[in-house]
Amino acid sequence: MNTTWSRFNITSIVLGFAFLYLPIVLLIVFSFNESKLVTVWGGFSTKWYVSLFHNQGLMDATWVTARVGLISATVATVLGTLAALTLTRYTRFKGRVLFSGMVFAPLVMPEVITGLSLLLLFVAVGLDRGFLTVTLAHITLTMCFVAVVVQSRLITFDRSLEEAAMDLGATPVKTFFQITLPVIMPAIVSGWMLAFTLSLDDLVIASFTSGPGATTLPMKIYSQVRLGVTPEINAACTILIAVVAIGVIIASLANKRREVQRQLDERAAQRG
Amino acid sequence: MSSAAVTTASASPATNAGKSALARLGAAFFGRLVIIIPYVWLLFFFLIPFVIVFKISLSQTAIAIPPYTPALDFSGGISGFLAQLKQLSLDNYTWLTQDALYFNAYVTSVIIAAISTVLTLLVGYPIAYGMARAPATIRPTLLMLVILPFWTSFLIRVYAWIGILKPEGLLNQLLLATGVIHQPLIILNTYTAIFIGIVYSYLPFMVLPLYSALEKMDYSLIEAAKDLGCPPTSAFWKITFPLSLPGVIAGCLLVFIPAVGEFVIPDLLGGSQTLMIGKTLWNEFFANRDWPVSSAVAVILLLLLIVPIMLFQRAQARAQEMDR
Repeated sequence: MNTTWSRFNITSIVLGFAFLYLPIVLLIVFSFNESKLVTVWGGFSTKWYVSLFHNQGLMDATWVTARVGLISATVATVLGTLAALTLTRYTRFKGRVLFSGMVFAPLVMPEVITGLSLLLLFVAVGLDRGFLTVTLAHITLTMCFVAVVVQSRLITFDRSLEEAAMDLGATPVKTFFQITLPVIMPAIVSGWMLAFTLSLDDLVIASFTSGPGATTLPMKIYSQVRLGVTPEINAACTILIAVVAIGVIIASLANKRREVQRQLDERAAQRG
Repeated sequence: MSSAAVTTASASPATNAGKSALARLGAAFFGRLVIIIPYVWLLFFFLIPFVIVFKISLSQTAIAIPPYTPALDFSGGISGFLAQLKQLSLDNYTWLTQDALYFNAYVTSVIIAAISTVLTLLVGYPIAYGMARAPATIRPTLLMLVILPFWTSFLIRVYAWIGILKPEGLLNQLLLATGVIHQPLIILNTYTAIFIGIVYSYLPFMVLPLYSALEKMDYSLIEAAKDLGCPPTSAFWKITFPLSLPGVIAGCLLVFIPAVGEFVIPDLLGGSQTLMIGKTLWNEFFANRDWPVSSAVAVILLLLLIVPIMLFQRAQARAQEMDR
């Protein structure tokens, strides 16, 4: 249907992508600006990257954010996968409507509400605000996104594979780990990555649930942005963008390779 | 497939029966656990916090740590608990109705979110449509390009607009240099900046559901309409748009609901002159340290959004049924 891809379609895509990418490109370009004025070009320089690495507060915040992100994404992936299994496999149990509500509502819930309510919970149970509370809050938010990603893969999953394994005598647990898990693995991996980037990204919930000594990078960037826009923040943002972009590209390449490998295996299996 | 499982299965029938009973027990236990773990987690970290927010919204502000009274405490037994109940009051809610600031903030937030949602739809629809009609070979790449900005930080993407929209920013530099305008436009710290910020940040949320609805569509319907003499615009309104309606609804809810309570965009791009409820709640909590009033603000915001949130959940459940 190539003929139907009209000039109008192409124009709207080009304009749309320009709108999506231009601000990010400008941000990256001006991180290499010699001048302290962010919007006036004063020549190429990498000095803001150098000064970034000497900014101890920013470095500490990066370390906190990385740890929170790794732990919360991992726990959230386990919980989110379980939630996705519950949603797709157990269509009838008491409180299913409530459960699916609790999975879908956090996706759209304004962050100020989630942040405030979690903070009040932590205060009510007497947990000191800090590293642990931010991590718990991020697990809760991101597990719902993981659940949605994994669920969309589980819906199209061919269950006759599992039935075949069980007919051949595999226990349900074994079937899960040897059949189901490998098949839904790409979705789990992208769920983990989504959870990790959401955690890296979050300002509002972290501001509510964090305490002294657990300032995350977005909180640090936010407090600096409030004082004024500097090329140093542009540099920090550029590094974050680069890390995420490299991660996404590696993941999609790995995905493609796995897909190709799978097709080769299938062909080999058919021949043999 | 492991060969061990196959050999055990074809062993003697007696051990096989014992195995399957054990397996069924294992399955039941495993199945229960699959439900219980995420269920309990969400109950404790998502539902119970709302109960606490509601409870604190009924309590009094106090200069203490934590800054409200009474605390949730069951040590006084039933009578102590009842005494605490008597101290609860609707004062915070009365306060919200007396000060026009809050009412205005709610109304402005809903209006801003609604206008931005329509704008996002107008910007997102042509993009999603163009993607859906693109040659199948490049569709995955286009999809990837829409998702990629979503992976980069929300805060950074909003921040990037400050440098563009400032009076001495890049947009004004460009327009002044090309002679389109002679005075710099004041965009930053106005509602226009908020609209731009919301449309920009939430665009992928609109494009993705629209795209998945438009991609599934059978375009021979349009050709049939054209063959029967239907002009393209009315073919669009009579066929394409109604068929993409699930995507439109999902996209609009995904933009509208979080936009009502948005904090980062109005704070960074809207400045101090603009009023939105997410910012009001934030200031009430962080600047005024008034936890009970900010809880009351959150409860009302939640009540405002409960209908759209339920619509969203039903749309999700229906989409899931259709995919089966």
